[in-house]
Formats: sequence, C-alpha cells, structure tokens
Amino acid sequence: MADYQPAAGILFTLAWRNLWRNHRRTLIMLIAIVIGVWAMILFSSLMAGMVDEMVRGGLRTLPGEVQIHHPDYRDDPSIANSIDAPQGALLERLNNPPVTGWAARIKVPAMISSERANRGIQLLGVDPAQEVSLGFDPTNIVEGRFLEGPDDKGLVIGRKLAERLETRLGKRVVIMSQDPDNNVADRGIRVVGIYQARLQATEELNVYGGLETLQKMLNVDNQVSEIAITGDDFRQVASWWPQIQQATGPELETVPWMELDGYLESMMKMQTSFNVIITVVIFLTLSFGLVNTLVMAVFERVREIGLMMALGMRPGWIMYQVLLESIILLGLGLLLGNLLAVATILPLEDGIDISALAKGLEMAGMGSTLYPSLRLSDMVLSTVVVLVLGLLASLLPAWRASRYNPIQALART
Amino acid sequence: MSVTLRLAWRNLWRHGRRTWLTVGAMVFCNALLVFLISSQLGSYAMMIDGTLGFLTGHLQVQEQRYNEESKMRYTVPDGIAVAKALRDSTGNPAIAARGSAFALASSEDRSFGIQILGVQPQFESAVSTLPGLIDQGRYLQSSDAAEIVIGTVLARNLKIGVGDEITFLGSGRDDSFAAGIATVVGIINSGITDVDRAIAEIPLNYFQSIFAMEDDVHSIVVKVDDLDKVAPLKKQIQSQLGDSSLTVLDWNQLQPGLGQAIQADMFSSFLTYAVLIVLVAFSVLNTQLMSVLERTREFGVMTALGVRPGQLGRLVLLETAIMSSLGLLLGCVAGGLLTAYLAHTGISLDAMKEALERYNIEGRLYPQLSIISLFGGPLIVFVGGMLAAIYPALRLHTLQPVAAMRAV
Amino acid sequence: MTAIRCSQLNKTFTQGDQIICGLDDVSIDIEEGSFVCLSGPSGSGKTTLLNAMGGLDKPDSGEIQVGDKRVDLLGKSDLADMRLHSIGFVFQAYNLIPVLTARENIEFVMQIQGVPTAQRRDKAIAMLEEVGLADHEDRLPSQLSGGQQQRVAVARAIVSGPTLVLADEPTANLDSTSATQLIELFVALNRERGITFVIATHDTRVMAYCPRLIRMEDGKIISDEERTGKSGELQPQPS
Repeated sequence: MADYQPAAGILFTLAWRNLWRNHRRTLIMLIAIVIGVWAMILFSSLMAGMVDEMVRGGLRTLPGEVQIHHPDYRDDPSIANSIDAPQGALLERLNNPPVTGWAARIKVPAMISSERANRGIQLLGVDPAQEVSLGFDPTNIVEGRFLEGPDDKGLVIGRKLAERLETRLGKRVVIMSQDPDNNVADRGIRVVGIYQARLQATEELNVYGGLETLQKMLNVDNQVSEIAITGDDFRQVASWWPQIQQATGPELETVPWMELDGYLESMMKMQTSFNVIITVVIFLTLSFGLVNTLVMAVFERVREIGLMMALGMRPGWIMYQVLLESIILLGLGLLLGNLLAVATILPLEDGIDISALAKGLEMAGMGSTLYPSLRLSDMVLSTVVVLVLGLLASLLPAWRASRYNPIQALART
Repeated sequence: MSVTLRLAWRNLWRHGRRTWLTVGAMVFCNALLVFLISSQLGSYAMMIDGTLGFLTGHLQVQEQRYNEESKMRYTVPDGIAVAKALRDSTGNPAIAARGSAFALASSEDRSFGIQILGVQPQFESAVSTLPGLIDQGRYLQSSDAAEIVIGTVLARNLKIGVGDEITFLGSGRDDSFAAGIATVVGIINSGITDVDRAIAEIPLNYFQSIFAMEDDVHSIVVKVDDLDKVAPLKKQIQSQLGDSSLTVLDWNQLQPGLGQAIQADMFSSFLTYAVLIVLVAFSVLNTQLMSVLERTREFGVMTALGVRPGQLGRLVLLETAIMSSLGLLLGCVAGGLLTAYLAHTGISLDAMKEALERYNIEGRLYPQLSIISLFGGPLIVFVGGMLAAIYPALRLHTLQPVAAMRAV
Repeated sequence: MTAIRCSQLNKTFTQGDQIICGLDDVSIDIEEGSFVCLSGPSGSGKTTLLNAMGGLDKPDSGEIQVGDKRVDLLGKSDLADMRLHSIGFVFQAYNLIPVLTARENIEFVMQIQGVPTAQRRDKAIAMLEEVGLADHEDRLPSQLSGGQQQRVAVARAIVSGPTLVLADEPTANLDSTSATQLIELFVALNRERGITFVIATHDTRVMAYCPRLIRMEDGKIISDEERTGKSGELQPQPS
C-alpha cells in the first residue's frame, strides 16, 4: 500500500469538522477558554492600571523621574545644601527630549503659623511655569489662584492645611525656616491660593511660594535645593538619566526615581511576576478540561482512527490531526477571548470609580479611580502561554491516538 | 448500601481518566485556594498588627471631637488615673495614656517642626513597639525627667546625638506659650523613614507640665493580643466611661485606610478566585454533560422500566456530588498539608521587601490555617460543581424514551 | 376481561422531508393471558404499536385501554408508575445497565419500585433461579452471553409481578438455541403465571410459538389469525 500523504487542507478540514461533531462539548470548552483568556488579560490590565497609578502618583509626589541635589541634601535637607540653578550643558539637556519638563525649586522644612495653630511643612520655592511642566495641575487650585511668577509674593497652601491652621484665603501667615548660617529666617505672607491634592497628606505638607521671594527670605542667590526632571515614559528612564548625570557633573548627585523610592520599583517588579503567575494558574485550571476534551474526542473515534490507519494513514499524521483540533480550539478561544477583553476593557479605561475604598487606596498610594490599562504585552503573554502550554498538554492524548493498533481499534464496538 | 449509590459510583469509573481529570481540576483549584486564602489571612494579620503595633494600638479613648480636629484643649481629664482604672477593670495591662502637641524643635544647628508625644515610660512599651527599637542610648524611664527620644532620621536632620539638648517651643492647652529643653537619651530606629523622621517622645508628666495640661491627656491607648477581643473590649470600656464627653475608637476609625486596604485586597482576590471556580465548574459541566449524553440509550431503557426523569436527574447529581466530594477531600488534604508545612517554615518575602515596608511587614509570611481558609474555598468549588450539574440533570427531564432508545 | 383494547390508533412521523405513517387506524383487542405476536417487516408499525400499548409513546389519535386504565389519557407520572408496577419490557438490545451485575440489575428496579431492602436480594435471586441463571448473579452483562442477558432482562421484567409483558424483537441478536430458550421461557411464564405476552418480531422461530399472529404492514393490520397446534410448531393458516 502506498503511503498516503494527506494535504494539510484535508487534515484541517477533518480537524475542524471533528470539533463540531460534538458541538456542545466543543462550545463549552470554547467558552471556558474565552473566559480564561479574558480573565488573564483583565487581571493584568487591572494590575497594570493600579501600578501605573501608584507609580505616577508616587512620581508626582517625589516629584519627577530624576532629581539632582547637593550630595548632602538627602540626608540633611537644609538650605545650606543648595545647588546652582541649571546652566550650560545641563540646561541644554533639560530643554531637549526626552525631557518633557523640569523645575528648579527650593525645598526645605519650615514651620507655618496662623493665629490659631502651627504646623511643620515642606516649603517649596517655585517657578510656576516650571512646576506645571513637571506635572502640577493648575485645576487643582480650588480657591484663589496659583502663583503668577517666580517673584510672586503670595503663598499657596493645601486645603487640609488651611483647615488645620484654621485660616482662609487672603489671610496672613508666618513662614519660619533657617538660612544657611542657621539664623532664623521668617516672613509674613498672604495666602493667595488653596489647592487640593489626591492625597490629604500632600495637602498638609506642601506649601508653595515664589522662588525668588523665598530665595530672598532664605538669603540665597539663585540657588535651589533640587532640580526635578520628568520625561514621557517612566519605564524608559534607565535609558536617559545617565546622560543627565553626565551633564550634571560628579560634584552633584543625580538620582533616578527607582532609587528615590524603592517602594515604587518593587511594585513594578511585583506586577510582572503577578502577571505571569495569574496567567499560568488560570491556564492550569483550564488544562484539565482541555485534556479531558481531547481524550474524550479521541476515545469516541477509536474505530474511525483504526479505519484511517487501515487505509494507510501514518501514525504521525493522526497525531498531527489531533493536535490540529487542539490548536483550532485554542486559537478560536484566544481570538474571541482577546476580542472580548478589548471590548470590555477599553471602555473601562476611562476609569472605574472605587471611591468607597478611598482611604485604603490612599494608604497604598492610589487615588479613588481605577484605570485599567490594556497592554499589548499582556495580550501577547496570555496568547503565548495558552498556545504553548496548551500544545504541551495536548501532546499526550494526540500521541496515544497515534499509537492505536488498527485491528484492535476496529474490533472495538 | 443502596443500589443507586453503587450505580452512581460505578458510573463515575466507567471513564476513569475522565473522572480523574475532572477531580484533578477540583483538587488543583482547592489546594490553591486553601494556600492562597491562608496566606491572605496571614498577611492581613501581619499588616494589621504591624501597622497598629507601632503607635496606634487597637483602641483609643479620646475626647469625642479629638479624632476629627486634634486641638490641644480636647482632652481626657485625669488621664493617668483613667488609664489605671481601665487596666484594673479590664485586666488588660497594655493600656497607656498619651499627650500630643506640635512644637518647633531646635538643635544647635537646625530647627524642625515636629509632633511631640508625652508617654508613660513604664506602660508605653506595652502598647507600642517603638520603645523596643532603641538603637542608641536608652528609652525614657522616669515620668517627669526632662528627657527625649527621637527617631534616627530626625536626629540626623537636627544633627544631634545622644546627650545633646533639644529646645522645643509650642502652644499649651490654654494657648499659652510652652517651652522646654530636653536631653536626648535615646534614638529610635524603626527602619521606616517616615516614622524615624517624625517620632519624638518625652515623659508624660514632663509633657503635662510644659504644655499646661494639668492632669489631662489626649488619648489612652489600648493594645490587645487577639483581634477578636477588640469589639467586646470596646463595648466594655465604652460602658465604663458612661455618658462623658469621651469616646472609644477602634482601629478602623483610627486608621480607616488599613481596613479599607484589606477590603480592597480581599475584593480583588475574590475576583481571581471566582474566575478559577467558574473554570472548574465548566470542567464539571462538560464532563457530566458528556456522561449524560453517552448514556442516552441506557436512560431510555430505565425510563421504559418506570424510572422517573426526576430520579435520573438525581442520579446525575449524586454522581456529581461524589466527584465533588472527592475533589473537596483530596484538595483540602493537599492544600492543608502544603499550607501547614509553610505555616511552620514561613515564606520568604525578600522579593517584596520594600513594598511591604509600608505596612511594616518583614521577614517571613506565615500562612494562617483556619476552618475558613481550609474549607471556605473548597466548599464554594463544591457548590459550583453541583450548580454546573444542574443543566445536564435537567436535560433528562426532556428525555423521550422512544427517541432515546433509538439514539446512536 | 380484556387485557388490552386499542381503538382507531393513528400516528405519523416525519423523517427528513418524508412523512411516514406509523399507525393507520389500528384497532385491536387482546385478552388477558394471551400470547400474541405482532409481525411484519421493519417500518410496519409493530414497534410503534407496542410502544403505544406500553405508554411509552402517545398516538396522535385513538384510545388505548390496558386493564382498567385509559393509557392515552394518563399523565407522565402515572404512565411511569404503570410501567414500574404493571407492565414489563424486554428490548432487543441494551436491556441491562452495564455497570451493575445481573442480580443488581434486578435489585435496582426493585429499589425504584419501593421494595424494602431486606426483601430485595432474596427476591432477585429467586427471579434469577426462575430463568435458570441463579449461579450467574454476580456477573456483569459484559460477562454474559446474549441469550443470558435477555433472560436476566426477563427476570427483571417480571419481578414486580406484572400482568403484561411487551417484548420488542427480543431474539434479534440471538443464535437459534438461545432464541428458542428465550421464547420457551416466555411460554412457560405465560402458562404458569397467566402473564399476557405481546411480542413484536419478524423472527419465524418466535412466530412458531404464538397461538395468535397479527401481521402488520405500513401501519395497518393486514391479518389476525388464531392458530392451533403444538407450541413451537405452529404454522400460519392458509389465508
């Protein structure tokens, strides 16, 4: 008997029709795969959205993705450890991509006093235009206005701080800090604006004044505490911050956000392992049903397989045909699952309101809206895992099908 | 033993591999659930105790307006005596009184605004872990000495060490001018920057004299060793305080973020578990449906014998129940053993060190095996499996004996 | 007293796009204790008539009375009860539950019927003795020959003491010896217990034992003969 070499088309047709012979079983398995794939992508998207939020929030708090300081500043954030405003090569770098925004600011601990209360705060001397490029959102101002220039003589405080101090827009407060010689530097300032932030802690901490105004108060010329820099994708920072470091020079400290806040970086690492784990776990749960489906399908067709072998079809082709069934099933499920994911997650990217858990999220560093982030990498990951592991799981039933003895197979009722 | 039971059992093993694969899915899912839920509960316990253990404690007695607006004049009158009375009446020794005020602290070189706590040295270590985290020097001892302990980052920022003096200025309870000079006797290193940057403690009597508190305090902190005791203790203390202007707050009110963070985590975990359980249910659905369809002829004969469709349906449900029970049993055993082993050795958390620092969890996670974590998940899988069998069982109601017996 | 009375039964089926006439205005009276054969080629309607008598299938029109019950008017539950307690069925194949032993197959039906546990075992064994298979009680159907399987089916059919047994092509898969054994068992039960037998068959060996032979073709009764002579050697009368 001549070797029968079936064309790939025939095998595909066979596989396809065999799947639909028992349409209920195939449908149920298909739905299960679709749900599994959809869930894989959904969870990854939710996690990605959460981590993105957390990291962005953290970056806004830092602020920036790269910061430049005096080498002693982080240990001792006093005005004595100040640096010059950017010039020359550094300025050049900062005004070009991939940097999308930067701000030179004063950032020192100080005390603020109203008529009724005192509070410890972080005093920021800023150039408002630079702050906005760094991410400060002018719409956060709920009363009054933001600063109008680095020489603005007003003060902008957070809403919660205003509450604690029992003060209002237009009232005067006293700011007190130290100058580089450890003398007390204080000044009466009027509150010209009140802002709200995502986290109440931020509102109580950050107080904004004009850069030049505060430089005068603190007795420093054109010096700042830090230069904060932001680019467009926080995940790409590793590629450009060394250049900033070069431009800054060895006397100053240049640090990327990964070092500034270990919590954020470890969250991102957790995200990747979480994605892989959840995808594998979901798949493993599916795999039992997948193998079962294939085993049942093969078992029902024992006589038919015996017949095919008696006609001359090689065992290898039998195995290939069964695997094809599995591939079609998985492929269909992946296609529909990915489509379903896109259809359900994209609309949700506008945000899911979870304000009921606001306080808890604040603690974790998140706002009260969850923005799932559908990423191609997650869809690819789920597809690859399901296909590869699915094929592995199908190998055994497919191989066993090819091992049937035609005569015994045909004799079975 | 009833024939029906024997029949159900043997029907399952007609296709042994198929049954084992379905049971396998259930065992896998159940073992996973046992492990995951136990770990979750273990981590929550760690999170709560870790966060509260620092400073907050599990309950606090305060003036009823104090939690909202922490004004100096919202005080607990005769605080030290009240604390003692509570210690005696509840039998819980971990109860301490505290005062809290804002002050400008100055060293020779630097000044900082900080929150100063007045504490009872002999009782504070029972309600807070901070006294045990002294890195240099010693903790406070006498209740009215002019001494202070501060966090290590604060010490660095103020550029001082043990033996140096700190001047602090603030406002007293009656808005009067409060000032004092204290000697640093100890430096606390908690490992958490936010805490070490802010913590400063002085003895309570000294605090009361500086800030014109007389005998008042701002809060009485209570710590318990078992979270289940929080609610009854809260009731007991509240009734003891009667109708005064004082109130008892539990940790959910003191740190609302904590309870909600746990809720958020639970919610997202349950979502994950739900997906897994649904997938297992589909597995059961498929198996049982196939099992019913391939016995169409047999069921036709049974109907001809006078067996009611309802009885046939119950047979299918019985088979599902046996399979699900197997999955439950083996899953609980596998999951229970794995978790019990890990509960003993702990799971290393180094990979997530920084992420967990925020909640003061470190070292190893010890999953907590309990009745809920051992049976909760698997029971739901059991129910899911039974629900999945409803469709196949219902199909038997529409069984036409004649058509069935002609079936291929 | 009449065991079965059918009046003007009609039933049609659709198969694909063809309309098949199952029963065409069939009327028949069968007395208690009779031994009747319904014979005819495949598709003649004998199985349909048998199913109608047993309440397994409802005719489109007409009346059926079995004993004192109007079968065509009964609900599903009552029909099931009737099949459980009053009518026994023996089919061509797949009569037994493959995972239960011979004895258990009989016990199963008794459990459904509500026979108390204590009595079931003994009664099942007694039934097996009657059909001559007492020492095969623990064998699974796959371990029994075709003829033996059918005999167990008969034992199961009569365990509740029915007055009527309906058999649909019971000997179709059997060799001559087993077929003869089976039909002689039927005859013995009919004689000793007075059970009415209605057998649908086109096996001539079976027809040789039936005193009353009803021939059907295309859903109609074309002849209905009473024959005399020795059981097993009954010949069709010349028409």
